[in-house]
Parts: sequence; structure tokens; C-alpha cells
Amino acid sequence: MEQNSPILYILLAILVTNLIRVLPMLLIKGPIRNTFLRSFLYYVPYVTLAVMTFPAIIETTLTPLAGVVALVVGLVAAWFRLGLFPVSIICCLIVYLIDSLLPML
Amino acid sequence: MEVTDVNNRHHTNTNTLGQDILEGLRDGTPIALGYFAVAFSLGIIAKKAGLTASMGFFSSFFTRASAGEYGVYTLVAIHATYVELIAMCLVTNLRYMLMSAAFSQKLAPGTSWFHRLFMACCITDEVFGISVGHRGYTPPAYTYSAALISSLFWASGCAIGIVAGGMLPTHIVSALSVALYGMFLAIIVPPARRAPNVLYALIASFVLSGLCAIAPVVSEWSSGTRTILLTLLISSVMAWLRPIKNRESNGTE
Repeated sequence: MEQNSPILYILLAILVTNLIRVLPMLLIKGPIRNTFLRSFLYYVPYVTLAVMTFPAIIETTLTPLAGVVALVVGLVAAWFRLGLFPVSIICCLIVYLIDSLLPML
Repeated sequence: MEVTDVNNRHHTNTNTLGQDILEGLRDGTPIALGYFAVAFSLGIIAKKAGLTASMGFFSSFFTRASAGEYGVYTLVAIHATYVELIAMCLVTNLRYMLMSAAFSQKLAPGTSWFHRLFMACCITDEVFGISVGHRGYTPPAYTYSAALISSLFWASGCAIGIVAGGMLPTHIVSALSVALYGMFLAIIVPPARRAPNVLYALIASFVLSGLCAIAPVVSEWSSGTRTILLTLLISSVMAWLRPIKNRESNGTE
């Protein structure tokens, strides 16, 4: 390529990434009437977040066990509606404890 | 903590502007913590691509895409073509198109062009998650404040990662990185208690996502690609088998 400065790459990435975000929002005005489309969009956020959580939560920790326990406890805590921050902190603490204690056993 | 049905728009927003901002900051804080950890490791890759700390801050603040930025920095490192860069941005960020379309249904009727534009720019997996999780229509101030605090941590994490590389103990980085996933769980699980269809969608997502990560061929694809394809597939099948009733998605009855 002619220019090797990261700046041009960065600017291009910023432009493209934000265009992707903005286009549907600007094109869709008002509520969607089509039942399939509305149902599809209703499920999208749940499915995307679920797919991104599992199995990534197990792959990101030092030991898979820490991720598994954090996932199970996180699911239970979320089921009882503990809220975003408490569930996050509980998961972090579990991973920290298991990841730092396990090598000592 | 208020985390209610993703598409529950019955509730009218009775909050003042200040309350919206505070709630956005409150819900944005766990996101910010998780972002910091992830961006820190992203910074280590950005450094390999030749970015300075200030470039990393600028790039991360305005791009705000984990998989997308990861892809971009690996391309910058090998001096790839601009066409490749654009293709990478499209594939790794395609889910934002779906989110933007879904988010458009959560804005109050008559929301100005300005707010539509800037709220769309705020979309990341997590800010989108809490924004559509907001009861009723999502107030712009809520999304903006959550996006601001999380983006500042995201950009700082990247810049500090570039400077301080591997100085943080790995088990602390590891622990911080699950903050994001804990937050995802807190968003998607409570609505599943009330709506069995959401529960089925979550179970299908977990099972299929797990299978795709170990299946031959599919597991070779990037996690961004798998996320897009699984989202399209599972949401379509659910919409086909279990279409929502009018009441579930539209508060105007």
C-alpha cells in the first residue's frame, strides 16, 4: 500500500464502523408493522448477547473452571434480579478467587 | 436496579434529565470496568501495529468495537489494503446494523434526527444491551452518559495497554474481563423469567454457540462471524416459530 501511516487506517475504520451503526437508525422511521420483522428484532438483543457470553466467558479466564463457576453463579444471581453491577462484581470476584487459589492447591 | 423487559415500552419515562444521566452512569460503570480490561489487552495488539498511546485513545474512543478494532489493528500491522480494512470493518461490525434496527424501535416517536444519529453512534454490544433494557422508551441522556463513561474507560484502557503492556498481573486482567459477561447475564436472564419465548431463545443460543465453538469448520470462523450468523439464524427461527404478539413489543397496545 502507498501509505503506511496508521492514521489513515484509523480514520477509515472510524468512518465505516459508525456508518454501519447509523444507517439502519436513519432509514427506519417509526414502528415496524411486519410481525416477522418485529419478532426478529425482539429476539436479536437476547440472542446476540447470549451468543457472545457463551462460550467466551469460559475461554477468557485463566482456568476454564473459573469461567464455568462464574457463568453458573452469574446465571443464578441474574435470575434473582441482582442487577448489572452486583452480578458483574460477583463474577469478577469468583474468577479472581479461583484463578489465584487454584494454582496453590 | 431497573432491568426490565427489553421491549417493554408500556412505561412512560417519568425521570428527570439528571436521573437519566445518573442511571446511565450507574449502569455504564460495570461496562466501563469490563471495557478497561478488554481495551488493555487490545492496547498490547495496537502497540504491535505501531499505534502511539494518543492514537490508541483517539481510535478506541471513536471506533468502540472490540472485535472490529482487533481486526483493524492486525491489518494495520501487516499494512493491508484499504479494501481489506473496509471488508474487515463490515464483517466484524455487521451486528451493529441489526442492533441499530432494533434500537430504532426503542426511541420515542418524534425523536430528533440529531438524537437518532448520535444514539446510533453510541451502539456497542453493551451500551445497546442496557439501552434496550431500559424500561419504556430509551431517553437519549441515559444512552449518552453510559456511552461516555464506558468510552472513556475503553479509550484509556487501550492507551494504557499500549504504554504499560504486560505490567498488570494476568489473573487481575482475567478477573476484570468477565465483568462484561456478568453484565450480559444480568440483562438477558431476568426477562426470561417472565417470557418463556426468551428463555427458549437463550437456551438455543447457549447450546448452538457452544456447539459452533467446537464444531469442525465453523470453529475456524472468527467469533464475530459466528455471532452474526447465529444471531440471524436463531432470531429468524424464533420469529418464525414464536412470533411475538402486538402487546409484547409495542407499548401503545
